[in-house]
Amino acid sequence: MKRNQFNSSPLAYLLIAPQIIITFVFFIWPAGQALYQSFLVEDAFGLGSEFVWFENFIYLAEDEYYRDSFGRTAFFSLMVAFTSMSFALVLAGFAERATRGVLAYRTLLIWPYAVAPVLAGALWVFMFDPSLGIVTYFLKLFGIDWNYKLNGNQAMALVIMVAAWKQIAYNFLFFLAGIHAIPRSMIEAAAIDGSGPIRRFWTIIFPLISPITFFLLVINTVYAFFDTFGIIHVMTQGGPANATEILVYKVYNDGFVGLDLGGSAAQSVILMVIVIFLTGIQFRFVEKKVEYK
Amino acid sequence: MIENRPVLDFITYLVLILGIIIIAFPIWVMFVGASHDGIRMLQVPIPLLPGDQFFQNLKETLLGSGLEGTSTAPVWLMLLNSLAMALSISIGKIAISLLSAFAIVYFRFPFKMFFFWMIFITLMLPVEVRILPTFEVVADLGMLNSYVGLSIPLIASATATFMFRQMFMTIPDELLESARLDGAGPMKFFFDFLIPLSRTNIAALFVVLFIYGWNQYLWPLLITTDRSKYTIVMSIKQMIEAAEQTPEWHIIMMTSLLAMLPPILVVLTMQKLFVKGLIESEK
Repeated sequence: MKRNQFNSSPLAYLLIAPQIIITFVFFIWPAGQALYQSFLVEDAFGLGSEFVWFENFIYLAEDEYYRDSFGRTAFFSLMVAFTSMSFALVLAGFAERATRGVLAYRTLLIWPYAVAPVLAGALWVFMFDPSLGIVTYFLKLFGIDWNYKLNGNQAMALVIMVAAWKQIAYNFLFFLAGIHAIPRSMIEAAAIDGSGPIRRFWTIIFPLISPITFFLLVINTVYAFFDTFGIIHVMTQGGPANATEILVYKVYNDGFVGLDLGGSAAQSVILMVIVIFLTGIQFRFVEKKVEYK
Repeated sequence: MIENRPVLDFITYLVLILGIIIIAFPIWVMFVGASHDGIRMLQVPIPLLPGDQFFQNLKETLLGSGLEGTSTAPVWLMLLNSLAMALSISIGKIAISLLSAFAIVYFRFPFKMFFFWMIFITLMLPVEVRILPTFEVVADLGMLNSYVGLSIPLIASATATFMFRQMFMTIPDELLESARLDGAGPMKFFFDFLIPLSRTNIAALFVVLFIYGWNQYLWPLLITTDRSKYTIVMSIKQMIEAAEQTPEWHIIMMTSLLAMLPPILVVLTMQKLFVKGLIESEK
């Protein structure tokens, strides 16, 4: 904190007020409401509600669909993180080697970041449309019967690809920044000692950027959990037969379409616990990074 | 370059070019789709080389009254709505974050840490996890179908506040001392010293937040039922749905193109600031 500060005055409260009011009205109050509603069950006509303690949560824990959705979300997130990060790491590793046109590669690789998830979904729907899609056409030439609207596994693979595609730019930038931060002398010393480029990558570069890898793993997981709603909504609506119904989509679907307020609120609360957990990990990591600097 | 290995160099450029092709292919298909007429876009296989209808489609999409068979608004209006939303979200976030970071760093007042943690909590509550109750609050406040409802609930920002806080902490104390000796009050210090010093950070953050605001999907989807307030990004879903009956892919692809052009242009023209904003706001 600063040694030299202005003394307490109403002005300080005035300055911080807009942020605090918006935070309270649109973040804390609704979150509290979700918590409260998660303990209620509405009757069939929506006229009254009854306080039921943890019944909504117990119901969710016993609900086969919810448990499936949980497992599916975990699988989806890990696959998105893994696909996107490995692709980005390969590109960043090679981009570091390239002497010419690094700025050009960066330019050509970063703009998918600016594409909204739902638009990314729309483009891929067009490419993979079961009857019209250009990729479907090529897949059929190879004898692959592609129809993600009927085949759940194909639908899952497709949404993973789209979500990963959109995140490559972000991961690439962070990996590239991380690799650039490694002192050249270290890599040159290894080269003089006779280790080849691949060995250097695995024994020097990869271990040194592991904090960034871990950070990106958390960020990508959060992204796959919460920011992929648009992709699912436009491409599959959770289908076919719930094959792509991840938790965020289920909250929306049960709350807004199914109008199950208590159930949706209980799901919200579970999601909040997950975000708090993930943000906690992320911040522990940031603190560490600052300490060792 | 550390050693001379022609084969590896060849592989390096091959991998990079392949990577770019894979990343860019969906965009290329979209561009091609936007440049053919509607009939050509229904014949399998669809073309992979651009046609000559690009400007015709552009005119039809931009000035038409929305895709037939959907209830979307005219595309130019939705573009304006998106612009209004993106600008108010990004400017709003920056403004209130600057003010609160200023209060937290430069003032001594009771409950400061309490407020600090309250702002911190917003990090943990993305819209997606509190959809219904937030919708109810906005409905109770009569903010549905309005620009205020589209932007205000999204402008609280823990990351921006932290970023400005970090930045203010690096400013030497002597600056405030000398400003005070010259008789500057808090607000004068804020506007004449802090704002000019944070110019680069503000610009970098603006790029990232503009993209964030423009690309909002779930929020406008929930709170706009009046088509005059639809944003371009949320309209794509309805167009894709309508494509099941009347597939006018040339119009849909042109609309997608228009919808992603502004944020992409912002990223490409302000690349340096964008990279800075992205990497610093995550610290």
